[in-house]
Amino acid sequence: MKSLSQDLGKNGNDYATEDTHEDLTLLGFWLYLMTDCLLFCALFATWAVLHNNTAGGPSAHDIIDLPYVLIETLCLLFSSTANGIAMMALQRRNTRSLLGWLGLTGILGVFFVAMELHEFLHLIESGNGPQRSGFLSSFFTLVGTHGLHVSIGLLWLLTLWVQISRKGLTAPIHSRLQRFSLFWHFLDLVWVAVFTFVYLIGGDL
Amino acid sequence: METLIFGRLNYHDIPYDNPIIMATLGGAIMLLLVVAFLVWYHGQWSYLWREWFTSLDHKRIGTMYIVLSLIMLLRGFADALLMRTQQALAEGGVAGYLPPEHYNQIFSAHGTIMIIFVAMPFFIGLMNIVVPLQIGARDVAYPFLNSVSFWLTVAGAMLVMLSLGLGNFSHAGWSAYPPLSEKHYSPGPGVDYWIWGLQIGGVGTLMTGINFFVTIWRLRAPGMTWMKLPIFSWTILVTTLLIMLAFPVLTVLLALLSLDRTLGLHFFTNHLGGNLMLFTNLFWIWGHPEVYIVILPAFGIYSEVTATFSRKPLFGYTSMVYASLAIATLSFVVWLHHFFTMGAGANVNAFFGIATMVIAVPTGVKVFNWIFTIYRGRLEFTTPILWTLGFIVTFCIGGMTGVLLAVPGADFQLHNSEFLIAHFHNMLIPGALFGYFAGYAYWFPKIFGFRLNETWGKRAFWLWLVGFYLAFMPLYALGFMGMPRRLVHYDNPLWQPYLVTALVGTLLIFAGILCQILQLTLSIQQRRLLQENTGDPWNGRTLEWSIPCPAPAWNFAHLPTVHARDDFHVTKQSGQAPPSLPYSAILLPAASGLGPIMGALAFLLGFGLVWYLWWMAAVALAGLVLCLLVRSLDDETEFLIPATTVEATERALRRIASSPYNASQVSQ
Repeated sequence: MKSLSQDLGKNGNDYATEDTHEDLTLLGFWLYLMTDCLLFCALFATWAVLHNNTAGGPSAHDIIDLPYVLIETLCLLFSSTANGIAMMALQRRNTRSLLGWLGLTGILGVFFVAMELHEFLHLIESGNGPQRSGFLSSFFTLVGTHGLHVSIGLLWLLTLWVQISRKGLTAPIHSRLQRFSLFWHFLDLVWVAVFTFVYLIGGDL
Repeated sequence: METLIFGRLNYHDIPYDNPIIMATLGGAIMLLLVVAFLVWYHGQWSYLWREWFTSLDHKRIGTMYIVLSLIMLLRGFADALLMRTQQALAEGGVAGYLPPEHYNQIFSAHGTIMIIFVAMPFFIGLMNIVVPLQIGARDVAYPFLNSVSFWLTVAGAMLVMLSLGLGNFSHAGWSAYPPLSEKHYSPGPGVDYWIWGLQIGGVGTLMTGINFFVTIWRLRAPGMTWMKLPIFSWTILVTTLLIMLAFPVLTVLLALLSLDRTLGLHFFTNHLGGNLMLFTNLFWIWGHPEVYIVILPAFGIYSEVTATFSRKPLFGYTSMVYASLAIATLSFVVWLHHFFTMGAGANVNAFFGIATMVIAVPTGVKVFNWIFTIYRGRLEFTTPILWTLGFIVTFCIGGMTGVLLAVPGADFQLHNSEFLIAHFHNMLIPGALFGYFAGYAYWFPKIFGFRLNETWGKRAFWLWLVGFYLAFMPLYALGFMGMPRRLVHYDNPLWQPYLVTALVGTLLIFAGILCQILQLTLSIQQRRLLQENTGDPWNGRTLEWSIPCPAPAWNFAHLPTVHARDDFHVTKQSGQAPPSLPYSAILLPAASGLGPIMGALAFLLGFGLVWYLWWMAAVALAGLVLCLLVRSLDDETEFLIPATTVEATERALRRIASSPYNASQVSQ
């Protein structure tokens, strides 16, 4: 991929420059995020169809603890903020500051996942697991898919953190950080939709 | 403990008692062993591994896609032959030779294989080969991702194939509607094979969609503005857009069904708050665009072929582009016509019925454009143009029956009848498969350096065409006579003559396939005679014909600059010799073994999930993550081809400088 762009530059066809590679990867990753967005759309549609099918079990109103979810939400939002500050440190090429803010991004992300897992475990223990009803199936799957994305993002962040501390700010790492940042903000946006439709509107019913 | 290690796998899962399956399986294993032995005997395993399996060259990956597709076509066709024979026999007191549970698996496998593992890899193979050549690029945007996509498709196909000999395949139809596909009614591994075969192949397809969208969006040669983009690449751009919009829904759908089946959730169950029509809706929100995903590339091929062999520019190029975009848009607002009988109400059905009829408009625009391209052209009756002509006539019949089915009132009668079977085969065989065959004959010399034998190609076409009419026209009549689809047995002697006729048609298609096998074998034997020295065997119009046959690894020694639509044709017309530029070294993506390794791991992941071998699934998943990590740490992903090698190869490939078609003889 990198070869391609360098090569095109060398052959005197100046439509492709040195940074075409990074550009191409970023465009492809952004398109992947859009397909991921459609994946969430399908899960939201599933939620819309099934969220009243409680089959005699609890409804969203019965199981949602809004103050708890608000704290969870704040963890994720501030995690994104920390990531934004980290990206500004990347612009200044300040490795120490970058590592620090990325660390905070990760820690807040871990808090978010831990709180979500706690919420899930609590529901399962009280007999309201995903097998209980169509409503709970769609609840666990929609929220859980987002949580899975965040968990994968955390693993990715860990490998990036290790790479930065070992190799410093190389060009590939710079490019990967940009993609990670897109991913993290995207998950934030999805969570805003989850919080609105599932917790605020669903919990109020 | 035993279930921990072996999951639900048991030696009883090998169908010893079914002689048909055991004979097929024995034959397939023998064939595989013979091929493996021959490759080993000729010492070619390392060549295959180095030059093909691990290759990141889009032309080789494309060729492997087509090989996969043709192998799967044989399997899918064998299923068709079995079903046709069964239905021709099984009337009244005759039970036929297929037990119902086996018959149900056959029609499910036939549909799944033909759509997902024949049509998809065939056009993806063609677009792999052609798109970078048409747009003047060295490779695709992400060559490594391309290899991974291919091997994931192979993994999916192998899972479906494996179900033949281990366990069983889904018996719930290719669309696997719940509640039949739920655990309660289908406890075996069959539906899980369907789920994971499609899921793994689908992820590969989604990545290919992104890859080729970016390739066309960003790697076009300088000067190639949107309205100068060759029409096949245009249809591929629209197709990849459809893939990116539709396949995420399939991913979700399959994940939800597997959650229902594996963890006991209630998305589509008919108790505890599941909603089975949710499945049907989601399935066709993916499934209807999927039809256009396989047909649009064929439309692109027909357009290229028609223009080339009519010796005229494509009529209505711009309207072709807008028609493709219109079809793509409309394809997302018609899904409900697959189940008007759901009872969504008259207004909803009317909306979807009218939207469906509207699709006939841009499609009609295309048909007229092809006809007007041919009109007053100097049509050359080559194999690709025969497939095109056969398509235009046959496809119009299918289109008209489609408009008929789009009327909800009529659909209530014809729903799930043989009429529907006739209709969609009438769209997909001429609409997609004939186009792929045309593209196969058209671009074959670009990859292998020799043309295919025309005589046997034409024989294959006529057998396919006549066979098609005999096999599917009777099904329209049977639909009107009230015969439902998927019958293993029936008690109506009036239907039998039609079904026997359909069998005869299928046998003719079989003869057509044999002609194609013969054509390939003969062409390889006569390759010196059919050798293509000019790089431009058909007097083509687009950039792929400006480079030698077979195309060198770097495609273009000098990347072209485009000044016109059909740029190569215009250059030939101008009569100017291309300027002789100095050769320079070229960097290409280096081969990587990670593609096939990730394919193998994805296969193990699927196998583990089908058989509840959780340890195997976990190990395979960890392996896949490890592969990605290894790749991300690898800095040696390219290799340099020295200028001297480029020059020597280019000179050797351009043995004869002039084209057989003298530029002055060319019309227009």
